[in-house]
Amino acid sequence: MERITKAQIKHVAHLARLEFSDDEVERFSEQLDSIINYAEQLNELDTTNVAPTSHVFDVRNVLREDEVKPSLSQEEALKNAPDQKDGQVKIPSVFEK
Amino acid sequence: MHPIKKMDKSKYLPCSRSRGENMSILDQRFAQIQEQLHKKELTVTDLVDASYNRISEVDGNIGSFLHLNEEGARKRAGELDELLGTDKATGSLFGLPAGIKDNISTKGIRTTCASKILDNFKPLYNATVMDKLEQTNIINIGKLNMDEFAMGSSNENSGYKPVRNPWDIERVPGGSSGGSAATVAAGEVLFSLGSDTGGSIREPAAFCGIVGLKPTYGRVSRFGLVAFASSLDQIGPLTRSVEDNAHVLQAIAGHDRMDSTSAGVDVPNYSEALTGDVKGLKIAVPKEYITEGVEPEVRNRIREALNVLEKQGATVEEVSLPHTKYAVATYYLLASSEASANLSRFDGIRYGERIEDDSLIETYMKTRSHYFGDEVKRRIMLGTFALSSGYYDALYKKAQKVRTLIKQDFDEVFLKYDVVIGPTTPTPAFKIGDKIEDPLTMYMNDILTIPVNLAGVPAISVPCGLADGLPVGLQIIGNHFDEAMVYKVAHAFEQSTDHHKLKPEL
Repeated sequence: MERITKAQIKHVAHLARLEFSDDEVERFSEQLDSIINYAEQLNELDTTNVAPTSHVFDVRNVLREDEVKPSLSQEEALKNAPDQKDGQVKIPSVFEK
Repeated sequence: MHPIKKMDKSKYLPCSRSRGENMSILDQRFAQIQEQLHKKELTVTDLVDASYNRISEVDGNIGSFLHLNEEGARKRAGELDELLGTDKATGSLFGLPAGIKDNISTKGIRTTCASKILDNFKPLYNATVMDKLEQTNIINIGKLNMDEFAMGSSNENSGYKPVRNPWDIERVPGGSSGGSAATVAAGEVLFSLGSDTGGSIREPAAFCGIVGLKPTYGRVSRFGLVAFASSLDQIGPLTRSVEDNAHVLQAIAGHDRMDSTSAGVDVPNYSEALTGDVKGLKIAVPKEYITEGVEPEVRNRIREALNVLEKQGATVEEVSLPHTKYAVATYYLLASSEASANLSRFDGIRYGERIEDDSLIETYMKTRSHYFGDEVKRRIMLGTFALSSGYYDALYKKAQKVRTLIKQDFDEVFLKYDVVIGPTTPTPAFKIGDKIEDPLTMYMNDILTIPVNLAGVPAISVPCGLADGLPVGLQIIGNHFDEAMVYKVAHAFEQSTDHHKLKPEL
């Protein structure tokens, strides 16, 4: 696997909705590079016929009846919102003005 | 509720907790305290006073608490005192002052995960574990410091302040449940809750010389625990004794319809396991857990502990968990991948802090970049990278496959053995600042605790003596849902040694 470039760091940062200064890009690419390098030791293992584990137990879909039960009021649900208007969360525009 | 830094010492009453020389009521076991409560020799208010007095006395140096629930705790203590002497004074943990890790939701009480992005977040509901503890009539003293979003092994990643080890304030208490361990070790509360994703209960319990259990994955509901890595996270108790630990797990364990990953497996009576009898039990010691990488003095303490158990009639044999060395890499890929997805919810829209910019996407970027700390950003970056197109198979999926091999290592050993024993950590508590600049060195510190989370099995850390004046933790690992066996062995060891009686001088 190729080493992590600064361009890759910027691309991944964008995917993660983070932005970094040039210094941070430098530091993070060095650190992530060494972590990924270390992780490459997993390639020593032949896992051709090994099934991946996403969950330690065999969890199947857990179903319930679709019934309306008591839940948060609109007022409560908005209590922690940084900005709100007319009973809804207010956000900056999604599209360019 | 107020931040601890604003605490005014002058309003605390003179210390009323002393019973005998240097002995606080908070140094006693649950059973002794509850007996005194029910005989009316002690009130819940006395306990709460003792707790806040101790906090005011020592927490300025330790930093265990992020925010106190003093008003609520005193009000609740008054209500419980009214019940004393009546048949309503029930609840297995009646009147006991506890601290709660700040990633466990407490209704109406700030829950920040030690992150600035949640600085003013007050949950609208309790985590299931909080509901359960409140049903047993505990007192919530306050919320405990931690590494931001539980990411770290030293508590240096708290967005507010580091926690210091009560045994040596120049050293780390471990992490990420550093506040949870330090507060119990410092005698500020009788027990605490922590969470453990890769060792975050056991490592701080080891570093602070107390008892900490990570239950089997699925044993305790995660509903209301702010998710870090959902396939690994578990909530568990930190206490001064094994018996007390079992009492807390009893109160919080069990299936919860609000958490579909909680298991519908019966919860046994853990106290019944505390027989002190380990005769005929088979103990496995993985050779990978006592290598050169583990400090000689730590290895010596483990050998001595194994001798104690052998003398009591247990047999000890060396085994191999051959994939141990791959655990750290596997864990950091999987946990960071899950974290990158879980932490996408912190975007400044529905809760938490927001830095508003012209567009929505700029608002996300500014908010997250400003409020997340470096370690959180590092793991989000690693996880996003491991899940990104072109790397998913080579990194994320590969790690999931190696996780299978690590789990199989344990499955095989538990076919023949009752418990697996080794050290909790390769070294005792290290100095603040020693590892923080080098993430990989810090991660290697978790090599002995991480495999347990990957396999989903339960494990405890119990004190097994000192190395250069610092506590060493003995790790006892059990098979899935066999916390009773873990407690049995831990209790037998504890009761035949004096290590648990050691406490730091503060």
